[in-house]
Amino acid sequence: MLRVIVRRLLQLAVTLIALSALIFIWLRNLPGGPIEALLGERATPERRALLTKALGYDQPILVQYAKFMQRVLTGDFGNSIRTGDPVTEVIGRAFPATIELALVAMIIAIGLGVPLGYLAARHHGRLLDNLSIAGTLLGISIPIFFLGYLLKDVFTQNIHWFPPSGRLSTGVDNTEVTGFFVLDGLLTREFDATADALWHLILPAFTLATIPLAVIVRITRASVLDVLNEDYVRTAEAKGLRHRVIRGRHILRNALLPVVTTIGLQTGALLSGAVLTEKVYNWGGLGTLITDSISGGRDYPVLQTLILLAALVFVVVNLLVDLSYAFIDPRVRVR
Amino acid sequence: MSLLDVRDLSVVFQRRGERPFTAVDKVSFSVEPGQTVGLVGESGCGKSVTSLAIMGLLPKRGNKVTGEVRFEGANLLKLRPDDMRDRRGRDIGMIFQDPLSSLNPVIPIGVQVAEVLERHQGMDRRKALREARQLLDAVGIPDPERRLKEYPHQISGGMRQRALIAIALACKPRLLIADEPTTALDVTIQAQILTLLKQLVDETGTALIMITHDLGVVAGLCDTVNVLYGGKVVERAARHELFARPRHPYTHGLLNSVPRLDSVRGERLHAIRGSVADNIPWTEGCAFAPRCDHVVDACLEGAPPLEPTATGGDLRCNNPVPVEVTVP
Ligand SMILES: Nc1ncnc2c1ncn2[C@@H]1O[C@H](COP(=O)(O)OP(=O)(O)O)[C@@H](O)[C@H]1O
Ligand code: SF4
Ligand SMILES: [Mg+2]
Repeated sequence: MLRVIVRRLLQLAVTLIALSALIFIWLRNLPGGPIEALLGERATPERRALLTKALGYDQPILVQYAKFMQRVLTGDFGNSIRTGDPVTEVIGRAFPATIELALVAMIIAIGLGVPLGYLAARHHGRLLDNLSIAGTLLGISIPIFFLGYLLKDVFTQNIHWFPPSGRLSTGVDNTEVTGFFVLDGLLTREFDATADALWHLILPAFTLATIPLAVIVRITRASVLDVLNEDYVRTAEAKGLRHRVIRGRHILRNALLPVVTTIGLQTGALLSGAVLTEKVYNWGGLGTLITDSISGGRDYPVLQTLILLAALVFVVVNLLVDLSYAFIDPRVRVR
Repeated sequence: MSLLDVRDLSVVFQRRGERPFTAVDKVSFSVEPGQTVGLVGESGCGKSVTSLAIMGLLPKRGNKVTGEVRFEGANLLKLRPDDMRDRRGRDIGMIFQDPLSSLNPVIPIGVQVAEVLERHQGMDRRKALREARQLLDAVGIPDPERRLKEYPHQISGGMRQRALIAIALACKPRLLIADEPTTALDVTIQAQILTLLKQLVDETGTALIMITHDLGVVAGLCDTVNVLYGGKVVERAARHELFARPRHPYTHGLLNSVPRLDSVRGERLHAIRGSVADNIPWTEGCAFAPRCDHVVDACLEGAPPLEPTATGGDLRCNNPVPVEVTVP
């Protein structure tokens, strides 16, 4: 178990270094950039050269990268070109919003996806199964933007069940502790804030959950179908075990292995989905920050750090996935 | 009253868009308490389907089971699913061919033994694990304390089958069904497992249905043997009678293809010619006719009936092997 963790942490470090280098070079080679954004199109070449030099953008890319990494290792991610605030602060404000949204989306996707996939498998070839196949196809193919605006239209304009945007209603008092509003409300016993935050979360989380939900339903269904044919399920039946025990201990426990892997792989889709979802619901998280940093004149320091952060999240989630995999499957532990 | 009385058991598989397929065709046999009965026949003759039908373990859809399976008088086929679930593992235990795939790979051996005790004997986990330790010991698994915590991939094939035997016998069932329990094992291990099974059923008085394609397995074990062909019983006899005087040409052929300790070295074994693929449907004649050296005209005019023999067995053949010829 420990070996798995150590190995994955090493992999994490290598991944992050390689990725950061790629991102760094890629960003620097995009057309447009902070100089144009700061000075405007018609600035004199002299002023441009001056600013380029002041920001260090005249040096060779590798030197720039080395300096960047050097500062990163001391915890200094620089300042946002757009706002001048420290990058850590800018990102720190947006980070909890996105994580809260993604977590709730994942809870919805797993909480609904696993039971639905299990039911579909048990009704193999019948109505419920066919409905689930059609439903997941729709879920996978519908664009998030479209679905987001559709849900928003129906549930906030036509029937006023949910608020159209933001994370809290104006006038709701909340004390920020962690930046996770649902959690903060619980910690400070401001339960109305928790309720309000949840109420705001439902539509965006559902929008963001659709693709992972559809994928999890499919994988669970296929995996349960496989396991149902396994000899050990027949052994369990031959023991006369109760349905509940066969389902939990013998079918789901084995069937969940591929599902756990899928959950890790969905993290990437979830992060990119968050960018679109946040746009629709004006969420003010990392997605919003990315859009703003790109359109607002290539805010290099913010963008670099954001992408590194995304990679970090991805690798950490997959480490957790590996650990839970090893927890479920003893055959992995000995390797 | 017999312990188990199977009467005219038929299983017809019916898939949408396919012709119905009769895998088990009016099979009847019975098992007395403590008796060991063999079900023998080539692969595909319906042995596993018969045993799964007795256990109520056939797929819920796509098949039709008719006839009666009377266990201590009660027709198992008519039981509510929950009542049948109460009996499986308690009244009837079963072990299967492949011990590796028959054990759950992610659950410790101990729990897999304990859970059947928890289910049928109302034990809590601690008590059940203590009992499981005893059971593993009784089936000859060394260091049972340690094995309780181990997983199937950590023990050998022979150990796994021993563990499955412990599971099947945990609740002291009156009947044990063993479906080719040694087929997936090494030859040396096969003999050990057979010895163990024989010892356990002798000790506990459990009746045993031994299912195998290998007459050699039956030889040292069974009181009565039922030979199946194409889903039907074609011959039934006491074991010594069957080995000494096989009457059905198929049984005769099977016996001739078994390597024997007293056979002359270098002598060719006589395999039965053709394969089950050559079978004709029982509705048109004897299914074995295309492979049979004894075939007569009547063999292609419908299925021959199963008729009692002078020695107390049953035989389904128009032109059986004459008694004298088979004496070596
Ligand atoms: N679930 C099933 N659906 C359709 N046909 C089946 C099914 N299970 C078994 N059969 C068929 O029934 C016949 C008997 O199978 P089986 O009892 O497994 O043979 P064996 O004597 O080797 O154990 C075979 O022809 C097999 O293909
Ligand atoms: S009935 Fe006819 S074909 Fe069938 S086994 Fe007997 S002799 Fe052979
Ligand atoms: Mg079989």
